[in-house]
Amino acid sequence: MSTTASNTTRSRGKEPAGEKLADWVDGRLGIYSLAKANMRKIFPDHWSFMLGEVCLYSFLIIILTGVYLTLFFHPSMNEVVYHGSYVPLQGQLMSEAFNSTLHISFEVRGGLLIRQIHHWAALVFLAGMFVHMMRVFFTGAFRKPREINWMFGFLLFVLGMFTGFTGYSLPDDLLSGTGVRFMEGAILSVPIIGTYLSFFLFGGEFPGHDFVARFYSIHILLLPGIMLGLVVGHLILVFYHKHTQFAGPGKTNNNVVGMPLLPVYMAKAGGFFFLVFGVIAAIAAVAQINPIWAIGPYRPDQVSTGAQPDWYMGFSEGLIRTMPGWEINFWGHTLVLGVFVPLVIFPLVLVAIAIYPFLEAWVTGDRREHHILDRPRNAPTRTAFGAAWIAWYFVLLVGGGNDLWATHFHLSINAITWFVRVSFFVVPVLVFVVTKRICLGLQRRDKDKVLHGRESGIIKRLPHGEFIEVHEPLSQEQLYTLTAHHQYEPLELGPTVDENGVERKISGTKKLRAKLSGAFYGEESQIPKPTVEEYKEITSGHGHH
Amino acid sequence: MSSQDIPEENLPAEQGAPHGAVRVADEKNPFADPGLPPHEHRIQDIDERAAKRSERAVALLFTVSMLATIGFIASYVTIPNDKSIYVFPIGHVSAMNFALGLTLGVALFCIGAGAVHWARTLMSDAEIADERHPIEASPEVRTKVHADFKQGAKESAIGRRPLIRNTMLGALTLVPLSGLFLLRDLGTLPGTSLRHTMWAKGKRLVNMNTNQPLRPEDVAVGSLTFAKPDGLEETNEDFQTEIAKAALMIVRLQPDNIKDKRELEWSHQGIVAYSKICTHVGCPISLYEQQTHHVLCPCHQSTFDLSDGARVIFGPAGHALPQLRIGVDSEGYLQALGDFEEPVGPAFWERG
Repeated sequence: MSTTASNTTRSRGKEPAGEKLADWVDGRLGIYSLAKANMRKIFPDHWSFMLGEVCLYSFLIIILTGVYLTLFFHPSMNEVVYHGSYVPLQGQLMSEAFNSTLHISFEVRGGLLIRQIHHWAALVFLAGMFVHMMRVFFTGAFRKPREINWMFGFLLFVLGMFTGFTGYSLPDDLLSGTGVRFMEGAILSVPIIGTYLSFFLFGGEFPGHDFVARFYSIHILLLPGIMLGLVVGHLILVFYHKHTQFAGPGKTNNNVVGMPLLPVYMAKAGGFFFLVFGVIAAIAAVAQINPIWAIGPYRPDQVSTGAQPDWYMGFSEGLIRTMPGWEINFWGHTLVLGVFVPLVIFPLVLVAIAIYPFLEAWVTGDRREHHILDRPRNAPTRTAFGAAWIAWYFVLLVGGGNDLWATHFHLSINAITWFVRVSFFVVPVLVFVVTKRICLGLQRRDKDKVLHGRESGIIKRLPHGEFIEVHEPLSQEQLYTLTAHHQYEPLELGPTVDENGVERKISGTKKLRAKLSGAFYGEESQIPKPTVEEYKEITSGHGHH
Repeated sequence: MSSQDIPEENLPAEQGAPHGAVRVADEKNPFADPGLPPHEHRIQDIDERAAKRSERAVALLFTVSMLATIGFIASYVTIPNDKSIYVFPIGHVSAMNFALGLTLGVALFCIGAGAVHWARTLMSDAEIADERHPIEASPEVRTKVHADFKQGAKESAIGRRPLIRNTMLGALTLVPLSGLFLLRDLGTLPGTSLRHTMWAKGKRLVNMNTNQPLRPEDVAVGSLTFAKPDGLEETNEDFQTEIAKAALMIVRLQPDNIKDKRELEWSHQGIVAYSKICTHVGCPISLYEQQTHHVLCPCHQSTFDLSDGARVIFGPAGHALPQLRIGVDSEGYLQALGDFEEPVGPAFWERG
């Protein structure tokens, strides 16, 4: 018995202490099998892969600084008289929330810095998620098997917006209070249940005495709790699926080429956390953000000009500012279309980009796994759709800042509003068409490069006086990289009659799918990539054609 | 320049690979994957002195970080919290915030920069290829799982005993109702509270800034005066909620300039009182253009014409600002002749 025991358990004694500790933990948690799969896990290198890291790290920074802020912040709307060290506000009535935010900013040493890091990190987090999402979109990284992770990321973006909104509303200052009032007005516009929703959210009439405490619990517990779960799930899936990579020599759909987690990415990614944190801390040192003492405490009958939400809420602001003020009154009821329509379009704008991957999967009918990224030009319809969506979003951002555009560029606010109203419909279409043309142009250039080589810039004079530019042929690596992408064939519906001459019934959805497939992958939507035959014909030396 | 113009001897294959760039190994398929390119050494891989330089650079970055942390602690201890300094080009900033932020920023950034430089110059940069395995399970596993599930379902007899299944679904559907009911006390019911404000017959109009009751002669042509109902003080428990509905703006117009008949009736010597709360989403209106008698909401730019029943002339608001009927009491002070006749602020379903 004793001999078997000594045979099966690891020998104790001479290993270093670290190994002993690791053995101890492994005996209880089984970390070695986890480490076997992950310690030397390979991650491919590309600058755009760090965008997601920016999001992760700013999220961690937000949690760290947020915990610190909760130690000093009082989420209460009780009115108190200010006696702190900021002289201009002394003697003024304000909520405890505002008072404690002033305390953090003026009396707690480093409190202002942490507040500013928290706010800046939130802006970076949302901006990072936006750009990361676009990276994933334009390279087609959302395709099978990563659709669920795309949805996780999308939810993080949406929840991030609301966490940001509830967060900047907490100090109960004049600017954020105005934003909360806007939200209340928007909720009131909901048919049938709007007033009830508003009364339940605010504990009665606006503003009441409850919303800061309620937003606090939503901001520090409910939403970040869900987000933390989603972030962990997002990361587990990144590990499980292994990272995507761009096409290149030796990089296939069945491998992942790069450098190992330990040590290279441990150092690079770990170091990158400190880089992001350091940059945000430096920004917080030099760039003031949300100086609530200059704005003053909230009063529902006061407002300042140039009131703007944080950037990520700007597109909803654009919707509400440019929608015509339609109201329909009937049978003693009011349908507030002027506010309710923007409230409905707000999620639809977001959903439009979120469901695209599922639309594309349905059109292609492709069930394979995709681990090689597309270059945006090689998926012109997708790229054009994404660009149109971004343009749509930015048109609304312009609408959200129409007063700033008017004052900074001396334009008429009416003209800007009408410009946004028209652009809301026109600009996405224009951008779609233009982007698609650009993609096709780039595809043609790639084809030219493959078949005729790279323009070397060397001008050669021939004996009979003619000048020619020398084209350098591409290496096999380059040829492979430029021709590795897959091109879909448009879906064919087949003959309208079967072999017996009887008319085949084709369902409406099938017809729609064929139509979309034609629009995605028809002759108008992609340039056939060069074939080996074409290449050989031209390079064989008898290629005068 | 296209290939048609290039004489034969200048076509790619004829050039004899000028810079040795052509390496089309695969004659049959020049587009085939040539496989991972050979690893190229960095200067640090072959020159120990360069590697030493990198090592020193990394160590320097880590040392700077340590110094910056000491700087952070020194700033925290020595700089008075209320000291402000002038920094070009930002202007006057809190010395404490500036010093703490920069030292912390440098301390963190240098750790990051050191680690990344270490990884890029000294750790192996040989690319390794890892196999991928399909995410989906093999057909055998799939069959096994399906069979296991069917076995489990069969053993539970959920399909054979629908009574259990249906009552269970019923119980699970009903139980969240308790949670729903628990939310009822989140707030009072709206009732008609959105239709009423503090204004009532005989309530004096009190100047928001001076806290004095207003007389008609206090309201000059071209000025915009904000008023609240008599008896509403900032220290009141419900001040915020009441002022959110009762806030008033008062302007004096020439009676002949008032285009709306009812507006003229409800005014006093050309003095008109309108709700200050925008009918769009409830921002307070604060900008007044004396010449045109337009008021503008700074939040979403809804513009109302005060000389014409405060109708909307631009922007997203859906209806005119409610007017308060005013007169003068026996002591010569401006007073309300009743509450607003329609709800103030943003429109809602029950507004009608």
